[in-house]
Amino acid sequence: MRIGTVLRPALVLLLVALVLRPAWFTPLFAPLAPANAPVIYERSSLLSLSLSHLGLVAAATAAATLVAVGLAIFVTRPAGAAFRPLSRTITNMGQTFPPVAVLALAVPALGFGAGPTLVALFLYGLLPIFENSVTALSTLPPATMEAARGIGLNRWQRLVRVELPLALPVMLTGIRLSVVIALGTATIGSTVAARTLGEVIIAGLLTNNTAFVLQGGLIVGLFAVLIYDALVQLETRLARRAGA
Amino acid sequence: MIEIDRITKTYGDSTAVDGVTMTAETGTITVIVGTSGSGKTTLLRMINRLEEPSSGEVRINGESTRATKPHLLRRRIGYAIQGHGLFPHHTVGRNIGAVPQLMGWKKDRIRARVDELLSLFSMEPDAFRDRYPAELSGGQQQRVGVARALASRPDLLLMDEPFGALDPIIRARAQDDLRRIQRRLGSTILLVTHDMEEAIRLGDRVAVMDGGRLVQHATPAEIIAQPATPLVADMVGDVERPLRLLSLIPLSELLEEGTAPGEAMPAEASLRDALAACLWSGRSAVPVTVDGVPSGRVTFEAIRARAELHA
Amino acid sequence: MTAAGRSAGRVARGISPPGALFAVLGLAALLVPFMTIAANRIVAGEGVMVWRLATPAAALPGVACIVAALLVGLRTHGQPLRLAGAILGLAGLLWLLVQGAPALLADAGDYARVSPAIGFWCLLVILMLLMADALAQMTPGPLARTGLLSAVLGALALILWSGALSPLSILQEHAGRSGAFADAALRHLALAFGSLAVAGAIGFPLGILCHRRSGLRASLLPVLSLLQTIPSLAMFGLMIPILGWVGDSVPGAQALGIAGIGFAPAFLALVLYSLLPVVGNTVAGLAATPPAALDAARGMGMTPGQRLLRVELPLGLPVILTGLRIVLVQNIGLAVIAGLIGGGGFGTFVFQGLNQTATDLILLGALPTVALALCAAIVMDILVDLTRPTPKEAA
Repeated sequence: MRIGTVLRPALVLLLVALVLRPAWFTPLFAPLAPANAPVIYERSSLLSLSLSHLGLVAAATAAATLVAVGLAIFVTRPAGAAFRPLSRTITNMGQTFPPVAVLALAVPALGFGAGPTLVALFLYGLLPIFENSVTALSTLPPATMEAARGIGLNRWQRLVRVELPLALPVMLTGIRLSVVIALGTATIGSTVAARTLGEVIIAGLLTNNTAFVLQGGLIVGLFAVLIYDALVQLETRLARRAGA
Repeated sequence: MIEIDRITKTYGDSTAVDGVTMTAETGTITVIVGTSGSGKTTLLRMINRLEEPSSGEVRINGESTRATKPHLLRRRIGYAIQGHGLFPHHTVGRNIGAVPQLMGWKKDRIRARVDELLSLFSMEPDAFRDRYPAELSGGQQQRVGVARALASRPDLLLMDEPFGALDPIIRARAQDDLRRIQRRLGSTILLVTHDMEEAIRLGDRVAVMDGGRLVQHATPAEIIAQPATPLVADMVGDVERPLRLLSLIPLSELLEEGTAPGEAMPAEASLRDALAACLWSGRSAVPVTVDGVPSGRVTFEAIRARAELHA
Repeated sequence: MTAAGRSAGRVARGISPPGALFAVLGLAALLVPFMTIAANRIVAGEGVMVWRLATPAAALPGVACIVAALLVGLRTHGQPLRLAGAILGLAGLLWLLVQGAPALLADAGDYARVSPAIGFWCLLVILMLLMADALAQMTPGPLARTGLLSAVLGALALILWSGALSPLSILQEHAGRSGAFADAALRHLALAFGSLAVAGAIGFPLGILCHRRSGLRASLLPVLSLLQTIPSLAMFGLMIPILGWVGDSVPGAQALGIAGIGFAPAFLALVLYSLLPVVGNTVAGLAATPPAALDAARGMGMTPGQRLLRVELPLGLPVILTGLRIVLVQNIGLAVIAGLIGGGGFGTFVFQGLNQTATDLILLGALPTVALALCAAIVMDILVDLTRPTPKEAA
């Protein structure tokens, strides 16, 4: 991973510069802008758009994680086992729903703005986290589970001290998938008037200003790639600690 | 005849097989035995060129294995491995017919050969031909694996721990089956194992490998009576040596005139079995039958004398 | 698992817990507006309860069917009956729409629009889940599922063709632009299936190559997964300057339709997104061959080509097809974004609808997309099952 050690800080620097000092890139984007049109998006600050974008993703993913992990724990207990086949059907069918369609369908119900975006991100984010958590909780090494019972841990202790820590790396993979989808869907959220970085790209598309499109696309793309990479690093580290 | 001539295999700095020379006669079973890392599997895999030798060569009936392209060479050599390696998506019939099909046999001929082999391995062709490997027991899977290796009537059969995955009872039966079939077909077999018991039971000749070298190549009786190195002695097991020796000798060798009380034993049974019978029932001799006809006895004294000879 | 299932069953005394959930939610959904009526296609509508839809005599059979379905759904056993119940309930829903729409429109203005409301959609989802729950426990084989899917699609086509639902606003919206709808559908299919075909043509050989060369695999797969993480709108956007440049500077490119805006950038973006599932699953599928079987194949004298064709590919086919399933479902959804960059497809209606705040137009784009994705997933699942190499695994 020697490429990574050089490339990662470079990309972070590029992203920070693109967000905080967009004017530096004027010469680069100028050839792409139509004559007499602005080269750099200035209708609102890129920093505030970035924060709003990431905030939406973080809020939706946090809520989705809580609910999905809770549901996953429920269906892997004896009391919730009857819901297991149904939950699998829902996850399989739900994941075929395109994120854009979920977003569009939330508008008639919730109107425009951050609301439908948040709901769409939340609903769509549930599925990968739930699926991975159920898989992780139901495929724990049987010998370890027997041992946990053998040394006298009660159900609650087994869950908190053994099951959840062991399941964490796989759950985190689900959260990562969820975050990646949420970042992308939030971008489209600007078509329903949520304040996200998609605004820059949409503005470029509406005014035929390729400079805006490229500027927005680069920032969103860099955010996605860097966040994805950071989560992968975290997972590898956790998995190594869990001895996987 | 298989001639292995000063064959060596090196991986970087380490030498897996170091200048091994040996000959296996047509129609015999040679068992290569050794601990893990002794180079026995590498030696076997160099014969059908799954591994290319670093130096030296192998000749089959006088012809160097280098004279043929590897995949054409392998079609003439049967290959059976631990865990059978059957194709899970093909029926038993297709698995057994795999090599004949590669060699372009006619369909009728392949089908006849498959049925012949299934019968030889005591599996009813109509019942087993169209089943999938996952539907068979471990012992049946292993038999199909050996049948597949024999399908094209190869000059030579290579077997790498073929019984490694079987439990002890099925394993003993599989060994007897292999012995019986080898006698019937007169096949030449090179078999790799880590189990000296298996080597003594199956081998016409036993080759012991240690650290990439061939340390002893002899008949089972010689290996037991005169182990060449401490390691070989260790593998044979000092305490059990007389019993292992007796297990190689049939009753017919010590048959004498006379009668004895109790249940009779066939002349093909081993002296070890007769000794056990004497000890267990407190007899000093057991009656012996040849082809079911009472023909004399073997005495406890004679067995003891025979075991002593080698001490 | 079975012990857990038994004890849960004992607690609930023979009532299926999911069935109980469906019954509670379903009855609650009967108490919220079932349809809305609006003065025209833009203004917000007014909700109508199920008992106000039409004359009680006309509404009652529909409600009875739905309640019957929910009650039958409470059973733990007799899945065929639960399935039949769910189908009956869906028929009840349809009956209510068919009865309600003309009755509501009868005394409203010329521009009035009726559409299904939250109650209808909730009941639709609940009854479909009930159906799926019953089906999942019956574990039908590939053939039975094919039959069922064709029956459902056939019934849907028949209902739409009969015109019984045409008073509904979404179909009014369709009637106003049936030509554009057909074009959008064709364009959507061309985007989704065309990009799948191209990704397959590139990704499949690339996957085989990666399988053989671990160096290529180690460098290519991370790049492809990074491509996959780039948000779709950004990816579509980034294609615009690139293809715009190609269109302007490569002679003849524009004649082939390569330009910064439209079909070409959307198509290319979809192809790039598809590469990871195709290549990744091809590699995973080919690597799934048991090592002993592969060693035996080599040992019996198969050439590398024979090993690939006779052993690795047949054993890896289900995993490879699963990759194509992921791509197809994903591309049907992502093709909606093409509507933003002039690439056509159902996305055109979705984004036009969002601009005009016309819900019906949004639905006209979104519902066919969802239906298409769902059908594609079901069909691909059936194909994956059919290619399982041994009967044992399929069971």
